Amino acid sequence: MTRLFAALAGSVLAGLAAMATAQAKDTITVGMVLEPPGLDPTAGAASAIREVTYANIYEGLTRIDAKGQVQAGLAESWSISKDGLTYTFKLIRGAKFHDDTPFACNIVKFSYERAMAPDSVNAQKQLFEPIARVECPDDGTAVVTLKRPTALFLFDMGWGDAVMVSPKSAATNASDPVGTGPFKFKQWVKGDRVEMVANPDYWGSRPKLSAVTFKFVSDPSAATAAVLAGDIDAFPLFPAPEALDQFKADARFAVHVGTTEGKTIVALNNTKKPFDDIRVRRALAYAIDRKALIEGAQSGFGAPIGSHYTPGDPGYIDLTGQYPYDPAKAKALLGEAGIKPGFTMTFQLPPPTYARRGGEVIAAMLDQVGIKAKLVPIEWGQWLDQVFKRTDFDATIISHTEARDLDIYARDKYYFNYNSPEYKALYKQFVEAVDPKVQSDLVGKLQQKLAEDEPNVFLFALAKVGVANAKIRGLWYNDPVPANDMTGVSWAE
Amino acid sequence: MRLRSRSLVVGAVISATMVSVAGVSLAWTPYPPTAIDIVHKLAAPSPTHPFGTDHLGRDVLSMIMAGASSSLSVALIAVVVGAGLGVPLGAFAAARGGWIDDLTMRGCDLAFAFPALLTAVMITALAGPGAGNAMLAIGIFNIPVFARITRSAARQVWGRDFVLAARTAGRGDIGITVVHVLPNIAPVLVVQITIQFALAIVADAGLSYVGLGTQPPFPSWGRMLNDAQTFIWRAPLLAVFPGVAITLAVLGLNLLGDGLQDVLDPRLRRGR
Amino acid sequence: MLGYLLRRLTILLATLLAASLVVFVVLQALPGDPAALILGTGAREDTLAALRHQLGLDAPLWWRYATWIGGLSVGDLGTSFTYHVPVAELVRQRVLVSLPLAAFAIALSTLIAIPVGVAAAARRGGAVDTGVMGVAQIGVALPNFWLGLLLILLFAIRLPWLPASGFPGWDAGAWAGFRALILPAVALALPQAAILARVTRAAVIDTLGEDFVRTARAKGLTRRAALWRHAVPNALIPVVTLIGLQFSFLLAGTVIIENVFTLPGLGRLVFQAIAQRDLIVVQDLVVLLAGSVIIVNFIVDLVAAWIDPRLRRVGA
Repeated sequence: MTRLFAALAGSVLAGLAAMATAQAKDTITVGMVLEPPGLDPTAGAASAIREVTYANIYEGLTRIDAKGQVQAGLAESWSISKDGLTYTFKLIRGAKFHDDTPFACNIVKFSYERAMAPDSVNAQKQLFEPIARVECPDDGTAVVTLKRPTALFLFDMGWGDAVMVSPKSAATNASDPVGTGPFKFKQWVKGDRVEMVANPDYWGSRPKLSAVTFKFVSDPSAATAAVLAGDIDAFPLFPAPEALDQFKADARFAVHVGTTEGKTIVALNNTKKPFDDIRVRRALAYAIDRKALIEGAQSGFGAPIGSHYTPGDPGYIDLTGQYPYDPAKAKALLGEAGIKPGFTMTFQLPPPTYARRGGEVIAAMLDQVGIKAKLVPIEWGQWLDQVFKRTDFDATIISHTEARDLDIYARDKYYFNYNSPEYKALYKQFVEAVDPKVQSDLVGKLQQKLAEDEPNVFLFALAKVGVANAKIRGLWYNDPVPANDMTGVSWAE
Repeated sequence: MRLRSRSLVVGAVISATMVSVAGVSLAWTPYPPTAIDIVHKLAAPSPTHPFGTDHLGRDVLSMIMAGASSSLSVALIAVVVGAGLGVPLGAFAAARGGWIDDLTMRGCDLAFAFPALLTAVMITALAGPGAGNAMLAIGIFNIPVFARITRSAARQVWGRDFVLAARTAGRGDIGITVVHVLPNIAPVLVVQITIQFALAIVADAGLSYVGLGTQPPFPSWGRMLNDAQTFIWRAPLLAVFPGVAITLAVLGLNLLGDGLQDVLDPRLRRGR
Repeated sequence: MLGYLLRRLTILLATLLAASLVVFVVLQALPGDPAALILGTGAREDTLAALRHQLGLDAPLWWRYATWIGGLSVGDLGTSFTYHVPVAELVRQRVLVSLPLAAFAIALSTLIAIPVGVAAAARRGGAVDTGVMGVAQIGVALPNFWLGLLLILLFAIRLPWLPASGFPGWDAGAWAGFRALILPAVALALPQAAILARVTRAAVIDTLGEDFVRTARAKGLTRRAALWRHAVPNALIPVVTLIGLQFSFLLAGTVIIENVFTLPGLGRLVFQAIAQRDLIVVQDLVVLLAGSVIIVNFIVDLVAAWIDPRLRRVGA
């Protein structure tokens, strides 16, 4: 019955969609779950800011491509001194901002110094911390000198937080963004959509689309309806994986399942008893059936991980076999550690589905090994305050979306309170390594060290589940950095 | 009159059923309401699962049963909080009159100006979501309701001859309130309690629907509806059962309230 | 009447001021730092401090309250922390969704309830009365958000007549906007109509029993004429009062309904602003919502006092 009606609904909608797409299309409406808070990636951490603006409106000296590789951006090439301390960037000529400010070395100096300034509100200020100074020998050359070798510097300067901004418009970018990118901001209807149009003066090859609209739909069933009705052409991070079968069966749509950097983990408070006991942490790792968890919380989309690194990252090694699902072993380890059945631990659950629904599934699994999980849903504001800042928690489920962020385990104080001198030493070697072979070796060792110590229970990498009109070409299927780069997107005839 | 007592009977039967379902669920449900069985998720109703299973393979019938106990307990405590504080407040205002009365009533006006749900949202944002805070939020909103109704009913009683007689006999405000006023306004309060109980059930469902009420893993009707909305394309029936449960519970209490009103407060019978 | 009006106005202003103070104090107690929310987990302490300064969060509390109220009194609602635009602009966009929705729902519920209530009262005890009141009894018990879900199921999924959710904006055309509001308005209106119908019926039956209606009948007026000319107008006071109360209820009711139908209205803005700790937006919205409730109640009282002068004394 349901199916009949769904089919009926589908065919009516198909007819409507066919009418709408009769003429050649050069505009696109892209669906997003969250509305960005402001449109200035240099003054806010939200992924949604980057998903709208990155590579579309703003560009940096380097850019991250669909595969997570560093490519030339506003710097067409660069050279690095032997000691790894001096980066000389050769800048694109003829690029200019949407407000007609020409792009030259003074812009690089302005943008980086603004991010480093004492009153800077850059969410990733630490990316700029290694920079000693920025100099301009001429308009077309920027020389950046570092305090110490920094392995990921070029990658870091490709982040949304490091884009170039014009001194004239930097202060108002949040509501009226001005960049050098292929698309110009047109308007933002708050609570609904952001519109942008092709930039006729773009320095690079002109985008094929004439206009892009980002539409914000947070509700999964509403997102499904909007895509079915053709109101939304592409939904790169589709919030209703449970509705995908419907799209897979329909030739009008293409379903793409890719990877993201979202390392979803049960973060544990490593200084709090009993989680300071490695046996307890390992027991938790054995007690969770990652496959069933992915099925239950994410409708089967996601890749199990065994360390704080995703399968798409350079130098990934598969450590998912380290703690296979084994409730008996979990119970034994808990017994060894002196944990009595009925032990209660609290999970702080931030709003995303992976945490809320994942928490329910994990609670049921822990019940099997005699642990009572108390689930406490909290908003991001409280999570940041209670869990992240004050580290007042037992456990939390969280996805770390920053790419290649192995450094967080090397920090002196980070919310899960992992403190391992060996890891820190390894990480220092990694950052200062200049030889790529040595680097890649060390990345493997870092992952192994984490899997062994299991400071957090590593669950899965979030999948990028996208639904789009089958005629759209050039979308990113993976999510190496939060972005919806529309430069290469087009409609097939 | 015949119709009225019928609503009393029907209301009492539905309400008693709800209470017994809630009671039984504490001791027994067909399956544990929190037991996950991912392989059998979103199953259609069948003899093994009369109402089907949800997106994590939990038995919907068991969840509805357990939801009754959480819903009723939240509503009960909310009403106890509201009446427990509102009734004394209203009785006090009526007894003292003057500026105390004025101030109390202006305070009620102020409380009424905040839409109930908004108040609840603020309270849960402040203290975190959960059944306890939902009780508190709904309870706080009930205080001015009870204060107002108590005060206006009590003021009528204060004007009666037997109160004057008691006063001349030397009884104090508190004595008169306890001995004469409260027994006389009890019928009004009983009716109001049933009405607020029904409203509290709806409010609790609404709060859990937006994720602020009873928290998982313990089931609640409102959150079941929210989950169901996500799966509405695949399993539309999931959106039906919890709603029917809420409606039935509220309907039963409303009928009970109507019936009680008739029996306890004959003056009101004339009109309706 | 003038004295009554002045007194009521003073109380109204005092209530509004008290409401603003309550909101402000409550929001200060909310856990969570707006700056930390904006800058996320990578932020350093000095960056957070810089942002707090930029947002004015490092000023003393009394000063923040005073500047906020000072701004409000001249119509300046401040600037949103997250959107970086004047709050007034945000509110204007959202009001254009919420207000038409509430008005639509009120109109719908009144149009259904009054004829139905009067008809039931006119044939009291008859089949129509019993049937209508039975349906109303169930209607009162229906939670509007569940009704909303059922409507989506029926009229958006099973029969794809109306949009399941979302709002295209009025610039997409009046009809497109209106279409998106039909299901939410019906979901809001039906339970309200059930309540209103019951009250209308009771009020009309009450007045039908009053002496002046009997007199009118004795003078030879038809039952119908007596009903419409005497009983119904006199039954209006409780009905108008209830419609006023329903308005404030609807404003709150839209919060959940906007969530069910993902409409970009005031209710969703409040939710979102609380989650993002956009304190200034929350403050403004709560005061606006509370203020509109207070003002509507004020108007309802005035209308009631105008219909029935006796109420002026009682009300004061």
